[in-house]
Amino acid sequence: MSLSLDDVKRVANLARIEISEDEARQTLIQLSGIFGLIEQMQAVETSAITPMSHAQDVMQRLRADAVTEIDQRELFQSVAPQVEAGLYLVPKVIE
Amino acid sequence: MQWETVIGLEVHAQLSTESKIFSGASTAFGAAPNAEACAVDLALPGVLPVLNRGAVERAIRFGLAVGAKINSPSIFARKNYFYPDLPKGYQISQYELPVVEGGHIQLQIVQDGKEQEKTVRLVRAHLEEDAGKSLHEDFHGMSGIDLNRAGTPLLEIVSEPDMRSSAEAVVYAKILHSLVRWIGICDGNMQEGSFRCDANVSVRPQGSDKLGTRCEIKNLNSFRFLEKAIDYEARRQIEILEDGGAIQQQTRLFDPEKGETRAMRSKEDAQDYRYFPDPDLLPLEISGSWIEEVKKALPELPQQMRNRFEHDYGLSMYDALALTADRDNSEYYEAVAEKLPFDPKLCANWVMGEVSAYLNNEGKSFDFCPLSPAQLAQLLLRIKDGTISGKIAKDVFRQMWAQVSAESISWKNRKGVDENLADRIIESQGLKQISDSNALEKLVQEVLTANPKSVEEFKAGKEKAFNALVGQVMKAAKGKANPAQVNEILRKKLTE
Repeated sequence: MSLSLDDVKRVANLARIEISEDEARQTLIQLSGIFGLIEQMQAVETSAITPMSHAQDVMQRLRADAVTEIDQRELFQSVAPQVEAGLYLVPKVIE
Repeated sequence: MQWETVIGLEVHAQLSTESKIFSGASTAFGAAPNAEACAVDLALPGVLPVLNRGAVERAIRFGLAVGAKINSPSIFARKNYFYPDLPKGYQISQYELPVVEGGHIQLQIVQDGKEQEKTVRLVRAHLEEDAGKSLHEDFHGMSGIDLNRAGTPLLEIVSEPDMRSSAEAVVYAKILHSLVRWIGICDGNMQEGSFRCDANVSVRPQGSDKLGTRCEIKNLNSFRFLEKAIDYEARRQIEILEDGGAIQQQTRLFDPEKGETRAMRSKEDAQDYRYFPDPDLLPLEISGSWIEEVKKALPELPQQMRNRFEHDYGLSMYDALALTADRDNSEYYEAVAEKLPFDPKLCANWVMGEVSAYLNNEGKSFDFCPLSPAQLAQLLLRIKDGTISGKIAKDVFRQMWAQVSAESISWKNRKGVDENLADRIIESQGLKQISDSNALEKLVQEVLTANPKSVEEFKAGKEKAFNALVGQVMKAAKGKANPAQVNEILRKKLTE
C-alpha cells in the first residue's frame, strides 16, 4: 500500500497536528519507510499464529469495584486557566 | 410503492458499579460539578487506567443472559476524537474482540389482540467509558465542563437491523430495559441518562433484501421519543425517495418539542475514529471458572419466567409479559399465587389490576406494596370460597389499603403483618355474602311483592324485566347476595 501526501495531511488534521508542506513531505518519506517494513513483515507466513494485541504476553489485572478517590477538585482546579461554579471553562464548542 | 422501515438500535446502559471503569472515583449521581473527577478522569499526565472487575462482571452477566459468546481475551481500544468533555482526546472503548459477541433478545409482541414472537439478534455488547458533560449556558461566551460522568462504565449493546417498525423497536428497547434491571447491571433510570438509545433507521421497497442508506438518531432518552423519532425519520426518508432523491448517511438529533429529527453539524472526518488497541491496557482474560461463577449467581431470566407462567399457571402471553415487567412485580405475583395455587389467573388479575393501579397512584414499586402478598391472598380466598363477591372485594381492598401503614420497607422484611386483615374487615362490617337460601328466598319474595309490574312484564315475555328484578334483589341485599344464587331462586319463583 502506498501513502499519498493527502493521506498524511488528513491524518495530521484528524490528530490536530499542524504541519508545514515541507514537514508533510518529510513525514511521507518516513511513514512510507515504515509501511515498507510492514509489507516485509506481512510476507511472513503467520496463518497458524494467534495475533497478540499487546507486546507483552501478560493479562490485565483487575481492581475491586470500590471508591478509593477523594474529592481533590480544589487542587486540580488550581492549575486550570479558568473555572467557575466548579466547572472548567473552555472556548465555546457549539455555535 | 410500499416501503419497509429497517431499524437497528444501539443502547448505552450505564453499569451500576460503585466506582468508575478505570479509576477509583465514585459514580454516584448528582454530586457537585467535578467533585467526582479524579486525576485519571481528568487525564492528568502520568496516570494509567486500571480496569474495574465489577464492570467486567456485569458485562459477562449480560452476555450470559442473552446467550452470547464471552470473548477471552477481550481487547480495549482507543476511539480518537477531540471534544472538551473528553480530556484524553480518545475514549477507551472496544473494537475487535468485545467482551460480548452475538446473542439474541426474544420479543413478545401483542398487537391488535394478537400475540407474536420475534427474535432480534445482537451484534455485540462492549465496555467503554462515558464522556463528561458540556454546559453551554452562558459563561461569558465560554462552555463549562463537568467531568463527573467521565469514566462512568457503559455497556453499549448493538442489535442487528432486525426491527421493522417503531413499535417493534420500542418493544425491543423495553425488554432490554427490563432485562438489564432484572440482572442488576443497570438501574435503568432514563431521566438520569442511565439507559440511552441511538436508532439506526433506513427504508427500502417492500420485498427488497438490500438495506437502504441509514441515518442514526442520537440520544433518545424515552420510549415515546424513540417511537416518534423513528416514525418521523422513516416518513422523511420515504418522502425524499418518492421525490426521486437520495438519502445522505448522517447523524441526526430528535427535537421532542417539534417532533422532528434534524441533521447534526457533521464534520467531514467525524466518523474516522482511528481505533487502535490501547497500549495502556493489557488484554482482558475471562476464565471459564469466572463465567461459571457468574452463571450460577444469575437469577431466573424474564424470558424463562414468562414461559413458566404461561405453561405452569396457564396465563396468556399478555399476562405473563405484564407480570414479568420487573423482578419486584413477578416476585410479588408468585408470592400471591403460591398461597392460592388453584386460581393463578385470579391472582394475576388482581396483581395487574387493583394492586398495580393503587401502587401507580402512589408511585410505589411492588417491593414496597403496603399490602403483603399474604394479605391479598386472604382477600382473594374469600372471593373463591364465596364469602364475598368480586365487587365487595374491591371495597374491602380499598379499606385494607387505607388501614395498613405506609412504611417504606419491603414486604419481604416486614414483621408482625396482620394476615387476617381481610377477614377482620369482612367480619366487622358484616360484608359476608348472604348464601343462606332461606334468607335469600325471603328477600326475593319481598322484591316480587313490591314490584308487581316487573313480574307481569316478565310473564309477558320481557327478559329485561328479569334483570331489573335481579338488580332489585341485589340492592335489597346491599350487594351481599350471591348473584348466581339470586338468579336461580328468582327464576324458580317466577315460573312457579
